[in-house]
Amino acid sequence: MSEQLLRLDHITMQFGGVVAVDDLELVVNEGEIVALIGPNGAGKTTAFNVITGVYQPTNGAVWFDGAKIIENHPQGKMKKQYKGQCDGLYTETLSPTPDKITRAGMARTFQNIRLWKTQTVFDNVLIAKHCRSTSSVFSAAFRLNRKEEAAQRAQVEELLEIVGLSDVKNELATSLPYGKQRRLEIARALAAEPKLLLLDEPAAGMNPQETEELTAFIGEIREKFKITILLIEHHMNLVMGISDRIYVLDFGKLIAHGTPAEIQKNQRVIDAYLGVADDA
Amino acid sequence: MLNEKKSKRGTVIALLCALALLALVILLENTMKPTGMLFTVLKKGAVYALVAVSMNLLNGFTGLFSLGQAGFMLLGAYTYAILTIPTADREAVYYLYNGSAVNFSLPELFGGGAVGLVLGVLLALFLGGCAAAAVAWLIGLPVLRLKSDYLAIATLGFAEIIRAIFQWDPLGPVTNGANALKSFPTFSSFNIQNADGKVILRLSTFVPFLLAGVCVAVIVLLINSTYGRAFKAIRDDEVAAEAMGINLARHKRLAFCISSFFAGVGGGLFAMFANQAQAKVFTTAMTYEILLIVVIGGIGSISGSCIAAFLYVAASEWWLRFLDTETYIGSFKVPFLRTGFRMVVFSVIIMVVVLFFRKGIMGDKELPDLLKKRQKKATKEAVQP
Repeated sequence: MSEQLLRLDHITMQFGGVVAVDDLELVVNEGEIVALIGPNGAGKTTAFNVITGVYQPTNGAVWFDGAKIIENHPQGKMKKQYKGQCDGLYTETLSPTPDKITRAGMARTFQNIRLWKTQTVFDNVLIAKHCRSTSSVFSAAFRLNRKEEAAQRAQVEELLEIVGLSDVKNELATSLPYGKQRRLEIARALAAEPKLLLLDEPAAGMNPQETEELTAFIGEIREKFKITILLIEHHMNLVMGISDRIYVLDFGKLIAHGTPAEIQKNQRVIDAYLGVADDA
Repeated sequence: MLNEKKSKRGTVIALLCALALLALVILLENTMKPTGMLFTVLKKGAVYALVAVSMNLLNGFTGLFSLGQAGFMLLGAYTYAILTIPTADREAVYYLYNGSAVNFSLPELFGGGAVGLVLGVLLALFLGGCAAAAVAWLIGLPVLRLKSDYLAIATLGFAEIIRAIFQWDPLGPVTNGANALKSFPTFSSFNIQNADGKVILRLSTFVPFLLAGVCVAVIVLLINSTYGRAFKAIRDDEVAAEAMGINLARHKRLAFCISSFFAGVGGGLFAMFANQAQAKVFTTAMTYEILLIVVIGGIGSISGSCIAAFLYVAASEWWLRFLDTETYIGSFKVPFLRTGFRMVVFSVIIMVVVLFFRKGIMGDKELPDLLKKRQKKATKEAVQP
């Protein structure tokens, strides 16, 4: 619980004149479940996209598993336009593509489900194993990698068993009900063997019962895979129920962080996001 | 375990079917008149099937809409021709340029005779594929950053440029300028003759079937491997594929090079079929023919591409020929039948096919899938009487 797995240093993301994420500092320790919450447009998904390499941050650095994986500073036109802080603190540029970051040990799900539509449930998970495969095109095409292939298939079977999708493994991914598609997306992310799992609104569009199931499911995953989780969510029941710590964003700025109990009492968070005497 | 057994049985069945087909081809070839249109169609169909499958690998399975197929075929055809023209014939082929700059011939390097012919031709075809793949790698560097229509336009432009370069006069000693390369080994060179020069075993249709068949089999193996699955993931959702650790640039380049390799081999085979290699044959129209085959067969279906290739070639070269000749029934002149009418009917047929089979003949299914579905239906009906 002590080791830092992910650290964001002064992450600023500016699109043209709009600062979507402003000087974000965030730490996720090994084994924790950390939630990132905030009103719509607060920059939560942008922060996710920076961590996973989809966006190159304007300024700041990201550390993962003891190594710096992303760093950038305002360059070119952005030098004049830059409205964030800590200008000049960073000098290097390090921007790996998302696939490299995934292979380094981070896997994510998407706010709007992005499964491979023409593939079966089983293949969806199996394809995610591709990034862990060591065989070349030739050995793969001429079936010289039988052992690896068989091992991967066995792992996928096992994974589907754990997440409770093995009875639908030969169905098309898109034919599953919504809740199961979410589950499959998480299973697919787990197949990439990540140390850190990033969930972007996993309960979006779910009814209360499905949300409850999902909450239990996320807890189960943490137990079984000994995995660290960073999630964005609007369902406060889910967030308060499973998070160890919570970060609250508003207009791109971090306005609070702490344990669920602390956050619930924080006046700034209540004003900006939680509201008063609602069901929370 | 059960799945593995099933897939093994499937492979055995597929292999047996392929062998039966090859045996049938040999049988037909040696019992029927060799000059029949049937054999032209079979040979060209086999070549087109290979090129269509290679295009399908890119367009149907990786989702990269490329129109450079004729350009890669040209590279393969020229490489094959240049490497296999017998040294004795080079003077005559390159008469405008006082002989060729390349003064060896692969079949001769392998000692001539039957062994030299087989090894030389195989190596030349392989090198033709390699040449196409190498060029694909180079142009892939800038071009593969583009998507959909833009990629199509860029590759189309590339094919045109290649055609122009190969007709460029200063390259004449190698490419023979705008003239055709000929005298190299063709499919009929593989017919086995006795001492008197009489053909005892015809293999001229069997050879393209075998070569194209092996290449298609390799593509199928690739598509069913972990790399093939990654290609399909890129086609279905690029963002998700990248987020799941698939290196987009690398895999796209890989698919592009492999597709071009087999297009190059197909180009070599096309040169063997046509008995000559000439740059002006490999036009954009040829790419469109192949695209048409892929679309009619079903984007994302290998067996669809193969079936459509034979149907397309047969319809355009053979079955509709009668429409081009003026015909009299008694003294009644059948209206419309004249040169060019064939293409009108052909276009109408294609439109009808596209209208009624939106996803092509096979959609994204393969032949075995259709059989499986029927079985499933049968068992379901049996369970619920």
